[in-house]
Amino acid sequence: MKVGVVVFPGSNCDHDTEHVLRDVCGQDVRLVWHKDGNLGDLDAVVLPGGFAYGDYLRTGAIARFSPVMKAVGEFARAGGPVLGICNGFQILQEAGLLPGAMLRNGGVKFLSQPVHVRVERTDTPVTAGIPAGRVLTMPIAHGEGNFYAEPEELARLEGEGQVVFRYTTKDGRLDPAANVNGSANAIAGVCNAARNVVGLMPHPERAAEPELGSADGRQLFEALVRVLTPVAR
Amino acid sequence: MPKARVYVTLKKSVFDPQGRTIHEALRSMGYEGVADVRQGKFFEVDLESMPAERARETVDEIARRVLANPVIESYRVEVEP
Repeated sequence: MKVGVVVFPGSNCDHDTEHVLRDVCGQDVRLVWHKDGNLGDLDAVVLPGGFAYGDYLRTGAIARFSPVMKAVGEFARAGGPVLGICNGFQILQEAGLLPGAMLRNGGVKFLSQPVHVRVERTDTPVTAGIPAGRVLTMPIAHGEGNFYAEPEELARLEGEGQVVFRYTTKDGRLDPAANVNGSANAIAGVCNAARNVVGLMPHPERAAEPELGSADGRQLFEALVRVLTPVAR
Repeated sequence: MPKARVYVTLKKSVFDPQGRTIHEALRSMGYEGVADVRQGKFFEVDLESMPAERARETVDEIARRVLANPVIESYRVEVEP
């Protein structure tokens, strides 16, 4: 599998993501500069975390107009798997490839801490094969992760099964205290209607090796590898 | 040369944690009469010489496409010829 990791000016999780995909998961990885308008022969694209363009104006608002985003949009519309992590998620929302928008965290503070998220859907390229309801522990690091959508849109997302991850307690229970940023319906990650584009606020690449305190995040990358690797016969 | 002002605010239905924090601070400072505070963004856009109508269309498009996110924000444009 050949994965592209998009690099915007201000991305800061690009090399962590590259490291996990290449050194932990053993995949072929290519960094894609944001001015590159051609994704070539990539099988999957990851938009990593960071502060693209300093997050000036709004998170992801300027990055979405980068030349690479036209190619990412075409790749996504053709069914290619796209994963947005944290700032990458925000960029995909600004680009209209994922629903909703991020508000400032409910408690206003920037939050950098481990959280527990429950896997709600297993029919996406990054959750395929993970048992539904499994709780993963991964860190968050964001000031704007308070997921918002209009009530009708929120009901539609729930009805269509587009909520992929939800903030819960360690044992998978919904609890206002576990929904640390105040997200609507405790949403930590969503997918598009076609289910090939997924975004989440927690950082799986920062929790992909036991040395980092949790290797839960590795499961998302392994799912992607399983989905895209032809079965050996 | 036309000058435009763009005001971007969170939609009424959207909770504004920054506005609430400012409001709470004002109350703790003794400003009891403040009923609510909503935070927004303000942009001044200087345009090259162009007819007022085109200036309005241009800035309206910029506000819609870039300056505001229609999922959570609304905007208002003022143009001075």
